[in-house]
Amino acid sequence: MSNIKVENLTKKFEAATAVDGISFSVGPGEVFGFLGPNGAGKSTTINILCTLLSATSGRAEVAGFDCASSPDEVRQAIGIIFQDPTLDNGLTAYENLLFHAYLYDLDRVTARRRIAEVLALVDLTARKDDLVRKFSGGMKRRLEIARGLLHYPKVLFMDEPTLGLDPQSRNMIWEFIRTLKADTGITIFMTTHYLEEAESCDRVAIIDLGKVIAIGSPAELKAGLRGDTIRLVAKDNDALAAEVRERFGMDAKVSEGAVTLTVERGEEFLPALIKTIRAEITSVNLTKPSLNDVFLALTGKSIRDEEADPNNVMRAMARSSKKRGH
Amino acid sequence: MTTLRHNAKAVYVITFREFKKFVRERSRLLGTMARPILWLFVVGGGLSRMVQPEGGVSYLQFIFPGMIGMTILFASIFSAISIVWDREFGFLKEILVAPISRFSVVFGKAVAGTCISLVQVLIMVVFIPVLGIHITLAQFFLLIFSAGMLAFSLTSFGILVASRMSSYEGFNIIMNFIVMPMFFLSGAMYPVGKLPPVLKELTHFNPLTYGVDALKNVLLSGAAGTSMGPEYPLVFDLSIIAAFMAVAVVLANWSFRKAG
Repeated sequence: MSNIKVENLTKKFEAATAVDGISFSVGPGEVFGFLGPNGAGKSTTINILCTLLSATSGRAEVAGFDCASSPDEVRQAIGIIFQDPTLDNGLTAYENLLFHAYLYDLDRVTARRRIAEVLALVDLTARKDDLVRKFSGGMKRRLEIARGLLHYPKVLFMDEPTLGLDPQSRNMIWEFIRTLKADTGITIFMTTHYLEEAESCDRVAIIDLGKVIAIGSPAELKAGLRGDTIRLVAKDNDALAAEVRERFGMDAKVSEGAVTLTVERGEEFLPALIKTIRAEITSVNLTKPSLNDVFLALTGKSIRDEEADPNNVMRAMARSSKKRGH
Repeated sequence: MTTLRHNAKAVYVITFREFKKFVRERSRLLGTMARPILWLFVVGGGLSRMVQPEGGVSYLQFIFPGMIGMTILFASIFSAISIVWDREFGFLKEILVAPISRFSVVFGKAVAGTCISLVQVLIMVVFIPVLGIHITLAQFFLLIFSAGMLAFSLTSFGILVASRMSSYEGFNIIMNFIVMPMFFLSGAMYPVGKLPPVLKELTHFNPLTYGVDALKNVLLSGAAGTSMGPEYPLVFDLSIIAAFMAVAVVLANWSFRKAG
């Protein structure tokens, strides 16, 4: 029994293939992370699962219903927290929740009881009659989470739930997620490009260029690396890489102005390497594996690089100007 | 499938939301009320000195149905255009992922626009005795009925336009190329019969012409036959509005479904 089942899902837009034949399933009560750089196909996948987009081919099933043929059943069974805010700033927190309750067919008594319940959960009871316009980014996100839970969904989708939030709000939201999981056994599907967040998930699918390239618990994924990452910078990186390959028979990759290699027990290997190598090394860095290394090992690039992407800067600007403007 | 009761609830809450916001935004309420009053008493008051009364109807009385038509036009189009705001600020997504039919969303918006228009029409009704117009209770209900039909069709028309707009920048285009021409070519300000032939021809294609004419039928029935009175019989006006309403509702639904 799985709460989300995706088989060979593909979404093509006019110019590009955003999602390219992905398959995975998520069990009940799991916190499942979709990790990848921006533009990897995360939001497209979430939009298909939420019935906002139709797939070009393949199947997607949520809470036992087919996303293409039973969209209303899927919608009733899911809660969604979108990347960008979707609250009505001209209504109060309470009114936003009431609106949601009616859209999801809760009766008056149930609606009132659950609104009080979710407001308490996200610690906004005292602010319930304030216009959302006056809320901070973190409060808005908490209210959106409260709203997403109002109709007791089986699956909660969160698209970059902590994007643009300060560390304090981010921690608070993660606390909610853990409490929720413990208290309700709800399935949570979240996309993120924050590695620390992915580390907190039960299982993670790493997605790049529309394809799932690895899937498993963070521990499993890191174990797959079989070792630590050594990052070396030399005057001539290509010569250093060639030398490492020749002397140690290791797969040394040159990327981003550094040579990276993976070894077991790096702290023991490193002195030996430095003693024997002739190339002039200017910088050495040893790290125990993180999910970024998994991504790096699989794609040859780092997830973090994407954050400086000009498109993202534009997006971030658009987001903040929207906040100001409203 | 979602039930009819569930969708009716959605229509109710969409209307409720628009109403809440309408009442809350005092400036919008004041603005929408100030416009027709300004036209009526400043423009109408000025021009009534130059225009001879006909059939016992002064110019001030003559433009009153037109001002009600204007109130309905602006209120309906503004209400429909809020879809563009909702899209811009993300709230539309909250509605689109809800387990309700797209038709309920469009219908809810149309009902909301109609209700908001009618509230403003009811406020305008206060001027009926002030202007020395006498109507019976039956005529009052006929007035509300005609206004409601006109509002519903214009809001649907507005939704059709709004669902094609991706940003609020198109708003000025709509104001200048749809709303203002509709208003000026509707017989609200001057009798259609006295317009130059080319403009007169254009008024025939303007649904607001029949809306304003229906209101004239109710409010200025005494002047029938003169150029200050209605052009067409009330039944004819209402039939045209009904036909326009049917087309607008169907197209608005189709367009909204396609857009999102």
